[in-house]
Amino acid sequence: MTTEQTDTKSEQIETINLKDPIFAAFLAWLIPGLGHLYQGRFAKAILFFVCIMSTFVYGLYLGGDSSVGWGRVVYASWRPEDRRLYYLCQIGVGLPALPALVQAVRVRGGKEPFGLFMAPPPLVEGDDPDRGPTVDAIHRRLARYFQLGEIYTSVAGLLNVLAMLDAWAGPVAPVKREDEEEEKAKDRKTSGDWSETDTTRKDA
Amino acid sequence: MTDFLLLASNGPHDLWYALPLIVAVSLVYAATRHEDTRLILVHAVRTLVWIVGFMAVVFVLLSLLTWLA
Repeated sequence: MTTEQTDTKSEQIETINLKDPIFAAFLAWLIPGLGHLYQGRFAKAILFFVCIMSTFVYGLYLGGDSSVGWGRVVYASWRPEDRRLYYLCQIGVGLPALPALVQAVRVRGGKEPFGLFMAPPPLVEGDDPDRGPTVDAIHRRLARYFQLGEIYTSVAGLLNVLAMLDAWAGPVAPVKREDEEEEKAKDRKTSGDWSETDTTRKDA
Repeated sequence: MTDFLLLASNGPHDLWYALPLIVAVSLVYAATRHEDTRLILVHAVRTLVWIVGFMAVVFVLLSLLTWLA
């Protein structure tokens, strides 16, 4: 699929080959920037990968440490006492947030998680010592850094949704205001330049 | 006064945590608007200035309201 985008500054029409847009959007979700790489839009692929992944990784770094375990800020949980709405945003980043889903499924099935990374923490002290400190203990230990980690990782996921839309439909062309168009037409009339827009004059 | 105390309790340096987020948001948002790298950067700088300005205005307004209360 090919789409045409008009750049308002340069008035040049640029053609972008979106290839298979749905597949590109899926790739963009899987790894930020991968969809654009598939479409051959290398500069944007690098930009999306660097911006989104650095935001996500920095959030992971903020929301964990060696005492409570790394990457504790991203975990999936739908327990009545701990519904992780943040994860709905974090999953937007794709593959990097998927280990949390695997860990949650294992814990729900009564199995031990693969380490503490992205594993849902227990709610009650002494519930399961292998699953590390409780949610409360993590909050007490990391305080505002846990919340900062939540914000960073969630924003990274939401930004990747924008990147997916860009891979699917191309960039949003800025819309020209009607009054700007009218002004331009007036200028052309006064200067006698009818070359581009006025088809009536051309036809006459 | 409360917001200043809140700010002091966390430390004003915590505001720096907003900066990487604003930069990332501005760049990604601008990249969804243009294809040309130069235009992306120009749009990103404009968005960044707008967000920081908006935050500053809200901060001043809230501070004023707190001071008046």
